[in-house]
Amino acid sequence: MSEELTPKAAPAEAQKAKAAPAAAKPAAKAATAKPAAAPAAPAKPAVNELKPQVLAPEALRAEMERLRHKEGMDFLVNLTGEDWMEDGLGVVYQLENTQTGAQACLKCVTTDREHPALPSVSDLWDIAHTYEREVYDFYGIVFTGHPDMRRLFMREDWVGYPMRKDNDPEKDNPLRMTNEPLSDVTHSYELTADGQLVATEHPLFTADDYVVNIGPQHPSTHGVLHFRVALEGEMIRKIDPVLGYIHRGVEKISEQMTYPQLLAMTDRLDYLGAMQNRHALCMCIEQAMGVEVSDRVQVIRTIMDELQRIDSHILFFSCLCQDLGATTAFLYGFRDREKILDIFEETCGGRLILNYNTIGGVMADIHPNFVKRVKEFIPYMRKNIKEYHDIFTGNVIFQNRAKGVGVLTKEQVISYGCTGGTGRASGWHNDLRKIRPYAAYDRVQFNEVIRTEGDSFARYMIRLDEILESLSIIEQLIDNIPEGDVQQKMKPIIKLPVGTYYSAVEGSRGQLGVFIESKGDKNPYRVHYRSTGLPLVSVMDTACRNNMLADLITIGGTVDYVVPDIDR
Amino acid sequence: MFDFSTVTTWLHSFLMQTCGMAEWGAILTESVLVALVIITLYAVFAIALIYMERKVCACFQCRLGPMRVGKWGTLQVFSDVFKMLTKEIISMRQSDLFLHNLAPFLVVTASMITFSCLPWNQGAHIIDFNVGVFFFLAISSIGVVGILLAGWSSNNKYSLIGAMRSGAQIISYELSIGLTMLAMICLTGTMSFSEICHDQYVNGWNIVRGHVPAVIAFLIYLVAGNAECNRGPFDLPECESELTAGYHTEYSGMHFGYYYLAEYLNLFICAGMASTIFLGGWAPLHLYGLEAFNGVMDMIPGAVWFVGKTFFVVFLLMWLRWTFPRLRIDQILSLEWKYLVPFTMVNLVLMALCVAMGWTF
Amino acid sequence: MEDKSYVGGIVDGLKSLGTGLKTTMREFFTPKITEQYPENRDTNQMFERFRGSLTMPHNENNEHKCVGCGLCQMACPNGTINVTSEFYETPDGKKKKRLVKYEYNLGSCMFCQLCTRACPHGAITFDQSYENAVFDRAKLILTLNHEGSKVQE
Repeated sequence: MSEELTPKAAPAEAQKAKAAPAAAKPAAKAATAKPAAAPAAPAKPAVNELKPQVLAPEALRAEMERLRHKEGMDFLVNLTGEDWMEDGLGVVYQLENTQTGAQACLKCVTTDREHPALPSVSDLWDIAHTYEREVYDFYGIVFTGHPDMRRLFMREDWVGYPMRKDNDPEKDNPLRMTNEPLSDVTHSYELTADGQLVATEHPLFTADDYVVNIGPQHPSTHGVLHFRVALEGEMIRKIDPVLGYIHRGVEKISEQMTYPQLLAMTDRLDYLGAMQNRHALCMCIEQAMGVEVSDRVQVIRTIMDELQRIDSHILFFSCLCQDLGATTAFLYGFRDREKILDIFEETCGGRLILNYNTIGGVMADIHPNFVKRVKEFIPYMRKNIKEYHDIFTGNVIFQNRAKGVGVLTKEQVISYGCTGGTGRASGWHNDLRKIRPYAAYDRVQFNEVIRTEGDSFARYMIRLDEILESLSIIEQLIDNIPEGDVQQKMKPIIKLPVGTYYSAVEGSRGQLGVFIESKGDKNPYRVHYRSTGLPLVSVMDTACRNNMLADLITIGGTVDYVVPDIDR
Repeated sequence: MFDFSTVTTWLHSFLMQTCGMAEWGAILTESVLVALVIITLYAVFAIALIYMERKVCACFQCRLGPMRVGKWGTLQVFSDVFKMLTKEIISMRQSDLFLHNLAPFLVVTASMITFSCLPWNQGAHIIDFNVGVFFFLAISSIGVVGILLAGWSSNNKYSLIGAMRSGAQIISYELSIGLTMLAMICLTGTMSFSEICHDQYVNGWNIVRGHVPAVIAFLIYLVAGNAECNRGPFDLPECESELTAGYHTEYSGMHFGYYYLAEYLNLFICAGMASTIFLGGWAPLHLYGLEAFNGVMDMIPGAVWFVGKTFFVVFLLMWLRWTFPRLRIDQILSLEWKYLVPFTMVNLVLMALCVAMGWTF
Repeated sequence: MEDKSYVGGIVDGLKSLGTGLKTTMREFFTPKITEQYPENRDTNQMFERFRGSLTMPHNENNEHKCVGCGLCQMACPNGTINVTSEFYETPDGKKKKRLVKYEYNLGSCMFCQLCTRACPHGAITFDQSYENAVFDRAKLILTLNHEGSKVQE
């Protein structure tokens, strides 16, 4: 932290470089940057490569049970369905032991394309309920023993499995002008001794249930999300989230795109984590290629990530206030968020779609006003956090509505994979910035905000306290941005070495991971995002049961999901 | 102090003697006139209140509020009303059409009749008799019937939940309103609004005369009154983030307009009652021993005093609304039954004690 | 509030409500933050890096820098850009490529800047326009090279 503060001459230089026609060499991707001193380092072993242990379907259950119970792998980080064409369909499991940080990666493949079936692990990790439904939806792999084998994102009357490489989604799926059917029953499947799949029907809602639809158009679902809520009076008996209303098939589209083109997608996942999403993707590609970005880029990315986190947490505060009827506090939040958006806009040219990180650097150097604006913002925000506490946190009505409401235990949040503030509110140390520091997080002092109550109030306080921590991180870095290139020189066509890669950052609302499988082409073979919001929506049923309808709003607000991140 | 009854007496004699009408004819004409005045006032106050709400709320929220239509957005509400008048009234399949159409009228009728109970000036009372307070409480309960019917007949689950919440809430809070009013009746010894006001004109405002119990009653009345109007933080029956629009989800056009109108007028009526019972109604501000000052105050017409005080209370209620988050239904009920009701009861005893012992000013 | 006494709960509750009321009353008198948009049109200036719409700057001689190489078109993830170019013979007998029409569909652009970064001549850039709404979708398809323009030598 001893770099001296020097005024940045780089932006002007970058502008010059942009204006002057570069050499006639086509596709000089790094047009805005100074020519890098060192060319991209020759491929080092990728630090983020996954080396999955391949398991036969018959052996999967035993191994998974061993890992879960003997090895203490209590966190199912990610579950990715894949189609390897003639090599079969399968799933990549990524596991983690939350105590020791030990990780495991397994792969299970079935070659039966007609009736692919794998054993379910949903009884070992709760989040597998949702992840396996996603895989079933996109690849048609039936998980035997899963209690609720329905599609997750696609319409129930969808034909075919769109993520399979040989599937043409348009062939059997004309634009349907009818309402989406929503079934009240679900099925589970068992494999008989002679290899046949047998379905058993289970009711989701019975005729006696008073089912109220919260969403898909509803003020407090924070986007196009749909909960089917069975009520008994005001009490919630069951919640069934219906997802996929704005699913855009980002992962499918990504398979046709080049790596630089992929970047444009991430800002559109979790729009309150645009910086971090893109950071994760760039980091994954850079690490896979063995590219080292400059110190300057690392620091800029860290500052930007933290600004984004503050932005997201302010919006969290605002929306929670709005959901609970405190409209005035809502606008105070928006007033302050505007300052961050201005800072972003000046440097990145966008407010929501920031489009800033690139493979090997950032789009452009920070704006000359950036440091000044950020320094003005830090004390301003500290003052306003106090106002937030005055108007909302301390309020007896809010305290009564949030304390003890929607309690999640540590075991539950780990089993559901609820990372981020929701997990930390239940006492789970899951902050990747601390566990596996990346970018410049290893050189700053900050606290991982942890609470143990696990209720809505703890989740709320975590976010507000994290704003302060983020401010302090920015404060430590803003005067010490090292000099350096803002863009490493990359090859005109970026190709990843053959392999499977996974990198994760601490997004605004949890661990945002990027899973890329490359066959060495200029397009990725499979891209999967570990969504931060999907576990949060999955946990809603557990958190809301036997609470009141009004608590659904409080809990939904405090777990803080963002829908475009769920419906990728 | 200007006595409005001179105008009414003059009008009556004008109709009887100059126009040569029979007594019943004169009274009929007067009734029609009064009704017209009431409806006009109703609309005017609704528009003023809606504009005020939007501006006040904007100020609390660091915004400017409506600025487009007319200078400072003054014509905004008129254009909104015009929009509402031109919108189609949509009826749903499988809803109880008769009840669905009836409900908004019940709400608006209840609020119009209670509106008529307000004493505007000395001699300017429209509905005034010896059990005025009683009558007021009774009529204001009709509104909840309209809300319940709206929820029931809409064939919508949100509406139904909203209506049921509303029923539970309004019926509970009526208790507090009744008990606080009872405490003040204890002090004034009459239930007629005109006499309550006149009494305060002579003896000073109730909130001063009744001191501690009156202030407590005033605060509780504000809370309960706010709840009666279904306004935030007690806006559960329609709370947007849970029930989209609650009991009036399925209403459109002017049917929705009636609810909207009634909501704001109920706010005005609630504030008007507070100013009548606690703040002296049309009685001007008198300071003991300052005759010159009191003389100047008397020059200001009673109607101005009344409307001024009412808008002051309205502002207080808006301040509350735009500060606090919404309560949950069980909190609303426990606030009423565990806090407000015991307090009002103790307060009533305290007030009775004060009056009996002559510990009042 | 369960752990507090009945009266203590009331006192604390009232105190918290009072704090809230004080806060809103203070904000009641602070300057307002609303920006009056159409009125401030003349003074409203976007940041220089704002990505409004893709443009091809022309100099005073109606010359641009685009050589019609189509790299931007290839870089675009959305097929937003359509470059039409033709070969012509220069006076000294060489075959050269030149731009005929540079079509850009603002409606499908996602402002990812891959085109501007791909361009070897800096011929295209994003401008600060922000009033991009039109009534007809067809109006979103813009031709960026001006009528009769040619490439800057």
